[in-house]
Amino acid sequence: MRDISDDKDFIIEMQNVSKLYGIRREEAFSMLRKGADKEEVHKKTGVVTALYDVNLKVPRGKIFVIIGLSGSGKSTIVRSFNRLNRPTRGKVLFDGVNIVDMSKKKMREFRREKIAMVFQSFGLMSHRNVLGNVAYGLEVKGIKKQEREAKALEAIELVGLEGLDESSIDSLSGGMRQRVGLARALATDPEVLLMDEPFSALDPLVRDDMQFELLSIQRKLEKTVIFITHDIDEAFKLGDTVAIVRDGRLVQVGTPEEMNANPADEYVERFIESADKAKVMTARNIMIKPKGMVRLKDSVDRALRTMRRHGLSSVFVVDSKLEVKGVISLTEALRAKRKGLKIADVFERDVNIVEPDILVKDLMPMAIDSAYPITIVDKKGRLKGIVTKASVLSCLMMHSNEEQEEDNTHI
Amino acid sequence: MDKIFEFPFIINFDSEFVDGLVRGFAANNSGFFDSVKSALTALVNSINWVLGYIPWFVMIAIVFLAAWRAQKRLRSGIMYAGLMFIIGLFGLWELMNLTLSIVLAGVFIALLIGLPMGVLISAFGRLNKTVRPILDMMQTMPVFVYLIPAVIFFGMGSASAVIATVIYSMVPAIRLTSLGIRQVDAEVVEAGRSFGSTPAQLLFKVQIPQALPTIMTGINQTLMMAMSMVVTCSMIGARGLGNEVLIAVNRIQISRGFIAGGAVVILAIVLDRLTQGWFDSEESLKG
Ligand SMILES: Nc1ncnc2c1ncn2[C@@H]1O[C@H](COP(=O)(O)OP(=O)(O)OP(=O)(O)O)[C@@H](O)[C@H]1O
Ligand SMILES: [Mg+2]
Repeated sequence: MRDISDDKDFIIEMQNVSKLYGIRREEAFSMLRKGADKEEVHKKTGVVTALYDVNLKVPRGKIFVIIGLSGSGKSTIVRSFNRLNRPTRGKVLFDGVNIVDMSKKKMREFRREKIAMVFQSFGLMSHRNVLGNVAYGLEVKGIKKQEREAKALEAIELVGLEGLDESSIDSLSGGMRQRVGLARALATDPEVLLMDEPFSALDPLVRDDMQFELLSIQRKLEKTVIFITHDIDEAFKLGDTVAIVRDGRLVQVGTPEEMNANPADEYVERFIESADKAKVMTARNIMIKPKGMVRLKDSVDRALRTMRRHGLSSVFVVDSKLEVKGVISLTEALRAKRKGLKIADVFERDVNIVEPDILVKDLMPMAIDSAYPITIVDKKGRLKGIVTKASVLSCLMMHSNEEQEEDNTHI
Repeated sequence: MDKIFEFPFIINFDSEFVDGLVRGFAANNSGFFDSVKSALTALVNSINWVLGYIPWFVMIAIVFLAAWRAQKRLRSGIMYAGLMFIIGLFGLWELMNLTLSIVLAGVFIALLIGLPMGVLISAFGRLNKTVRPILDMMQTMPVFVYLIPAVIFFGMGSASAVIATVIYSMVPAIRLTSLGIRQVDAEVVEAGRSFGSTPAQLLFKVQIPQALPTIMTGINQTLMMAMSMVVTCSMIGARGLGNEVLIAVNRIQISRGFIAGGAVVILAIVLDRLTQGWFDSEESLKG
């Protein structure tokens, strides 16, 4: 079971770290201290609050995921671990040593020995082949060619690129390039791997692959990984610990299970909700094409024929612009035929019309009440599809089952 | 009424005085200028000496092979070799070597100064702002203006020609080097830093190699600018094809002018294609 609550071995610790961009920082600090938020501060002083008063501890040998919306300060946090960004205030302790005020020379040594980074758009050097890229960190350290190439080849093998060491970067796919990025970071055998949205640029299947690869490598080598993402599914899949940031502040830190159980606030809840498939399925995902429809000015006979041909008990009625007007049932159509009435006289106008982006769970009440399928229309009111009562119910049932199964595995 | 069309004030610029100052400066430092002059002349002469020891057919063979390799087409090799052959056919081979020695000396020095300057400018954003107008001025100033101080300081001859060529052709090397380096993908540079590179390692292992295609374009342009100075430089005593054109103009000898001019064009085209092709093939090796 993944549990870190009683594990006291932390490798990195942030103490009251703030990062402000702008001139009038002192003023901004005093506003922030009084509880002003990022937006107020920016309006008043023009200062951007990338981070304010962040305290966190990163457990050794685990995957620590930082998640938040765009601009929330994720990159700023991770980049202050190797001082690509220097915090305006606060301490970053690596094994108890504050790296914020390290000399340039010490910092270089620190970067060479202890920490390596994987970048979102890979950050590979196109003028070097795979081997040259992977060996870069070792080369900078001054390790002899033979030794560094041997080590680089090991790393290349570790990420599953054996045989491709002579390939040029341009010839590789996105997934393979990020494997090179990972190998380059692993080659120097660092204690900590920083990964800033490393898989965001990859397509979903490759991404799943890479997540799996990262997990297995991490479990094997037991490196500390600090992983940035804005995708909660990825965060929960990879993270031993997950930290949520919002507007430059830390909102909650915990295991995925803890977070699921007690989200700290609405922001976290929304994030977690977005991981819950049933709650984000929309009408678009389950709608089907209507089998038949009739126009308002069509004859009743035609309506009856359409129903017979498709085996339906009702069809939708549309006007000449295909805008949905209502529905006519078999009984009404037969009544109209008997009495010599037109479709316009007898059809039912009161149908449930919704747009495709409505959540399936919100369709539930309509689906139960109405005798007819729910009509999905586009912005101009034209018929796009229908959702039947059966499909709404089965969608909700299926996903609540899944949830239960997941819960079982947690016990 | 006429008054409004006249400029109200005209400063009394004492050009004699300023010129006198410049001349005085030249005279007072004649030791320095003379040694620069003899160094430049020696450079030009030694390049010419080397070129003189390359038999014409060897040179043409080199051009053939280089063009073939650069453009990966046998046809280009034959074409450029043929063009060179034409220069020889019209008896301009030696003059071409003279021109080539001044151009190569000028380009060599322009790059020697321009490339490090470009690197320096790329590293300091503020420097870039101050240097830009100077570079603009260097490029737009009518080239003849460079000839005057060159002659005052270095007298007539190939040394002055080299100096004028250097000043005029250095700009693209500076510009494109600094541009190329500044345009290197920020994430790649950051990756370099994140592995603990020293500034020098970053420069030589990441920034310059990544900027190489752009830098090469700058070098190619420098070469072309230097070629465009050939005739102008002959006015201050540079010998070679340019001088041949100048003589033809003075004597109004149409065919002589066109033949010498044609040779300049051929030389320019061959140099351009060979360098460009070579840089391209460099790039495609990478890709
Ligand atoms: N150099 C800078 N100058 C000014 N503001 C900056 C600078 N770098 C970052 N910021 C601001 O700091 C805030 C946090 O940025 P950061 O890059 O850490 O966000 P992020 O969570 O990584 O976002 P994303 O998901 O888009 O990468 C943002 O509001 C951003 O605009
Ligand atoms: Mg970011």
